Amino acid sequence: MNTLRWSLPLSAWILAPLMLGIINRVKSFFAGRHGPSVWQLYYDLFKLLQKGSVYSRSTSAVLRVGPSVVLACMALATVMLPWGELPAPVTFVGDIILLAYLLGLARFATVLSALDTGSSFEGMGASREVQFAALAEPSFFLGMLVLVLHFGFSGLSEMVSEISFETWQTSGVLLVLVGCSWFVLLLTENSRIPVDDPNTHLELTMIHEVMVLDYSGPDLAFILYAASLKLWIFAALVVNLIVPMHSLPPWLQAPIFLLGMVLVMVLVGVVESILARQRLQQIPKILIGAALLSLIALIVRLMG
Amino acid sequence: MTLISVLLILSCLLLLGSSRLHVAIRVVAIQGVLLGALPLVRSMGDLLHLGIWILALSTIISKGILLPWLMNTCLRLSGIRREIEPFVGFGPSLLCGTALLGLAVWITDRLQLTQAQVPQVLLISSFFAILVGLFLMVTRRKAITQSLAYLIMENGVYGVGVSMSLDFPFIVELGILLDVFVGVFLMGNLLFHLDREFEHLDADKLTELSDLSKSAPVVEAVEENA
Repeated sequence: MNTLRWSLPLSAWILAPLMLGIINRVKSFFAGRHGPSVWQLYYDLFKLLQKGSVYSRSTSAVLRVGPSVVLACMALATVMLPWGELPAPVTFVGDIILLAYLLGLARFATVLSALDTGSSFEGMGASREVQFAALAEPSFFLGMLVLVLHFGFSGLSEMVSEISFETWQTSGVLLVLVGCSWFVLLLTENSRIPVDDPNTHLELTMIHEVMVLDYSGPDLAFILYAASLKLWIFAALVVNLIVPMHSLPPWLQAPIFLLGMVLVMVLVGVVESILARQRLQQIPKILIGAALLSLIALIVRLMG
Repeated sequence: MTLISVLLILSCLLLLGSSRLHVAIRVVAIQGVLLGALPLVRSMGDLLHLGIWILALSTIISKGILLPWLMNTCLRLSGIRREIEPFVGFGPSLLCGTALLGLAVWITDRLQLTQAQVPQVLLISSFFAILVGLFLMVTRRKAITQSLAYLIMENGVYGVGVSMSLDFPFIVELGILLDVFVGVFLMGNLLFHLDREFEHLDADKLTELSDLSKSAPVVEAVEENA
């Protein structure tokens, strides 16, 4: 049983880059291109790992430690994600807060190393990243508060394992509201399109990509891999919330979970294809809107 | 019922955050249809009651079809597309919306309800609609948005009425509906004349009509005539 529980983080570590490949494939389909192979990120990572790193003379150890810290945080966070009714390898009461702040630590490391380069361009990106993260955090915690009120304060695995068809019948509105809120959070945190454009490297309005400009070789591979793990983490949260795993037979839960992950990625690809990136001034509006969705769910839970 | 309340809150938030007027009109129309469906949902099992059906259908027809159509006609005739430079911007409006939502929850919490069977979430969303209507009426420039805000506020009043009791004589509800219809009809007429006379719909520019600022030249003219 215990070895089985490790299958989730293992599959996350192996399959996470594939998810980005799926998004890119969906986007190229919408654009009428053939597009890169779904395995493209694996090739990129392999290529980058074989190269050496180049560091600017103006940087210190902070820049060199950054990618390892980010990757370690993300890898640790995947260990706490449940797989339907199968609990995560590490689960305890309140693990969701550790999960949130591991992501926070990773962001802190990225921001610090961006500031360490001394480039004004990267400092600008760091400032934006922190500003939007502060606005995005309420929607995560308000949504989590709704779950805690509904299922009792316990580990993340226990909470999501109780979501069943009955939950959907009695309080489906809550799940839809929190699910939508977290989906916007997924787009924000992973710098996807309405908030940030993952493809641009030289645009003045971008956020995340600008902070990792100074990395090369294995360091860049770490950052890219960590970004794909982060995408996996948020998608897994959404899938665990939306799919009523409790009502499914145990042998079906793993395939349904993976199918759900792929569907979330397709949805992200579709959203990126049909929406344009919003202007920077509009982004707080989107984030406040997402937090409001969770807030409404909270009000419905408390008063309804 | 929870679903309708949540949709009502979301539509109000959308109205706070969007600048396009035809989107706003469509959202208000959707609100009307939602509110029309409300008595039917509220009277679970008692669907044979004729009054409920009349109330629901007349609400849907007037608030969901007739009034939005009237507003759309006004919009087309005046040729404006969006609300430009409101007194409170769209982002801050959303923040104020959060505060108003809190206020609505507080009001609902403080109410001393005699009836046990009052759906709290519906009450919250109705109060929220009233507050949003008032807020929009104060902070937007265009007369057309202000009349839309009046409609939103009335939607909220209707929601409070339905959530409080269903035994509310439906003749009274129909009377209110007629009042609102006539009111908005007059507003539409007024908007049309305003637009033809001044070639804009900015309500705050109506202060130019005041003769206080231009009193001096008028007096001179009269003296010359004498």
